[in-house]
Amino acid sequence: MSNQILTAEEKQSEHKEEENICLKEYLVYERPKTLIDIPMHYCPGCGHGVAHKLIAEVIDELGIQDKTIGVAPVGCAVFAYNYLDIDMVEAAHGRATAVATGIKRMLPDKYVFTYQGDGDLAAIGTGETIHTCNRGENILVIFINNGIYGMTGGQMAPTTLIGMKSTTTPFGRDVSVMGNPLKITELVAQLPGVYYCTRVAVNTPNNVRRAKKAILNGFKYLEHKKGLCFIEIVSNCPSNWKMTPVESNKWLEENMLPFYPLGDLKVPNLSKTE
Amino acid sequence: MKKEITLMKGNEALAEAVIRAGCDGYFGYPITPQSEILEYLAREAYARTGMVVLQAESEVAAINMVYGAACTGKKVMTSSSSPGISLMQEGISYIACAELPCLIVNVVRGGPGLGTIQPSQGDYFQAVKGGGHGDYKLIVLAPSTVQEMADFVPLSFDLAFKYRNPVMILTDGALGQMMEKVELFEPIPRKTEIEPWATVGKPLDREHNIITSLHIEPDKMEEINLHLQEKYKQIEKNEVRYEILNCEDAEIVLVAFGLVARICSKAAELARQKGIKVGVFRPITLFPFPYQQLNNIADKVKNFLVVEMNAGQMLEDVRLAVNGKIPVEFYGRMGGIVPSPEEILQKLEDILVGEKL
Ligand SMILES: Cc1ncc(C[n+]2csc(CCOP(=O)(O)OP(=O)(O)O)c2C)c(N)n1
Ligand code: SF4
Repeated sequence: MSNQILTAEEKQSEHKEEENICLKEYLVYERPKTLIDIPMHYCPGCGHGVAHKLIAEVIDELGIQDKTIGVAPVGCAVFAYNYLDIDMVEAAHGRATAVATGIKRMLPDKYVFTYQGDGDLAAIGTGETIHTCNRGENILVIFINNGIYGMTGGQMAPTTLIGMKSTTTPFGRDVSVMGNPLKITELVAQLPGVYYCTRVAVNTPNNVRRAKKAILNGFKYLEHKKGLCFIEIVSNCPSNWKMTPVESNKWLEENMLPFYPLGDLKVPNLSKTE
Repeated sequence: MKKEITLMKGNEALAEAVIRAGCDGYFGYPITPQSEILEYLAREAYARTGMVVLQAESEVAAINMVYGAACTGKKVMTSSSSPGISLMQEGISYIACAELPCLIVNVVRGGPGLGTIQPSQGDYFQAVKGGGHGDYKLIVLAPSTVQEMADFVPLSFDLAFKYRNPVMILTDGALGQMMEKVELFEPIPRKTEIEPWATVGKPLDREHNIITSLHIEPDKMEEINLHLQEKYKQIEKNEVRYEILNCEDAEIVLVAFGLVARICSKAAELARQKGIKVGVFRPITLFPFPYQQLNNIADKVKNFLVVEMNAGQMLEDVRLAVNGKIPVEFYGRMGGIVPSPEEILQKLEDILVGEKL
C-alpha cells in the first residue's frame, strides 16, 4: 500500500474526498473563536495550551468576549495575550491579582480573571494572592500548578513535591532544607472572601471536561458578586520534568494528584444565593 | 464668581483637589507623613463623586492596583512617602514602559532606610533619574505652597493623559503637614470617554488591546525605548516650568525647589536688607529640568547657591545646566532638618567673603 504510486488524478480525488469530509456541516468540533489561530509557543504536551483552549471555549459559550479582561503575569503563560482574543494586561511577576483588583474596581461589571503559575501565585505573589482572596474581590483566579518554574528553566516552586528534582533541588526537594510544598488552594479556601474554590487537572479527556465545567462555573459565579473564584489546574511541564508528554501525564496522575487531590474545596450555596 | 477660600493642611488640600479633579480611583497604604491623603479620601471621596478608594495590603500591591486601574483609561493615583515609594519602584517601571497615565504623590521624609518622619528632599534622584529599572522618566512637579499641592493635581492628570506617562508630585513632610490658605478650584466632572488603547473589554469591531511591558525581541524593545526617549524629548520641549524671583539685578542666585525655595526667598529678602543682591530660581518641574533657563541666568550673575534638604542631588542638574560658566555652591541639611533663612544668609555672606579674599 505504502509503495503504491498514485496518479495525479487519483491524488486529487483523494484530496476531494478529504475536503468533503471536512465540510463545515459535518464538524462536531471547531477552534473556539476567542482562541487566535496562530502557533502557540508552549512545549508539546504542555497543559497551558489545553487550559487556554478551555478558557476560550467558555468565553465563547457565555458570549462574554467583549466583557472579559484577562491578566497574565510572568511565567510561561506571559504570552497568553497572543492567543486569547480579549483585552489583556501583562502584570509583573506575582502581582496579577493586585492588577486585576485595579481593573475590577474601575469596571465592576466586567469579567476579570488572572492566569497564574505556581511560582507566580504561591511564591512571589503570595501576599497579593491571600489579600485579594481575603478582600473577596469579584475576580476569577486560574492557577496553573505544574509543580515547577517552567519559564526560567525548571527551578523549584513552592508546589514542588518532596523528593522531586528540579534544577535548584538537584537531589530532590529536601524538607529540612527547602521546607514543605505549599497547598495554597487549601489555604485560600479557608478565607471567607473566597466564594468558589476547586482543583481540577488537564491530564486526561475526562479531567479536561471537568476542568472546563469548573472554568464555566468560575466565570458564571462572578455574576453573583459574592467573592473570588479560585480554580487550581494541576498541570504538567514535560520539558522541565524531563519526560515525554505521555509520561508526564502519567507521572502527574501517580505523584501530583495524591498530594493535590482533585475536587471542590468550596462551592457556593446556590439555593441561598440565587 | 465667588472663590472658595479655606485653611487646609497640605495633604488635605491635595486630597480635596483629587476629588475635585474628577479622579476615579485611589489605591494606597498608610505611611507618615502622608496618611491624611488616604484618610481624607476614605472619608470624603466615594460619597461625593463615586470615586473608588482602596487601602491596599502594601505599597507593592497599591501601585499594581494603580497599574490595573490605569489600564482601563481612568484617572487613577496613589500616594506614599519615601520607603513606600521605594517599594513601588517595580510597578512604576512597568507603568512607564506600558505608557499608562497615573499620578503618584511622594510626600518625602528623611532617609535613607526607615529614617525619620520629618521632611526631606532626599528622593530627588529616585524621582527624577528613574528609581526603578530601565530607561524611563516620570514627569515630576514640585509644589512649594499648600495652594500648589492642590493646583498641581489637575495639572498632573492633564500631563499624565497628554503623554500617557506617570506623573509624580514630589513634595515633603512639612508641606504635607502645614496649614495655609487655599483657593479651591471648581470640581471637574469625572471622565466618561473611553480611551482607545484601554483594556475595557474588546468590542467586536476592534482588535484586542494588550497592555504589556514585555517585548522579548531586542529590536522591538529598542524601538519601544527610542519611542519613550522621543516622548521625553517632547516633554522637555513643552513642559518646563519654573519661577524666577528678583534675578534681574542679582549677583548671587539661590536655586531651590519645593518648600526650600520659599525659605530661600526669605533669605534673599534678608540679604537685600543687608545690601546683597540675591535672587531665587525655583524649578517647578524637576523633570523636565529648566536647564536652558538656568544657563541663561548664569550669563548674568556671579554665583549660584543651591540649597536642598539632601546631600546635593539637584545640585548635579544645576551644574549640568551651568556647564562651568560660574561657580555653583551648595548648602544642604539632611535627616529631616529644615534649613533656616539665617543659615542660608550666612552661607551667602561666606561666599561673598570668599570672593573678596
Ligand atoms: C521580579 C521577577 N523575579 C523573577 C523573575 C523571573 N521569572 C520569570 S518566570 C518565573 C517563574 C515562573 O514560574 P511559574 O509561575 O510557576 O509559571 P510557569 O513558567 O511554570 O508556567 C521567574 C522566577 C521575573 N520575571 N521577575
Ligand atoms: S516549560 Fe513547561 S510549563 Fe513552560 S511551556 Fe514548556 S512544558 Fe509548558
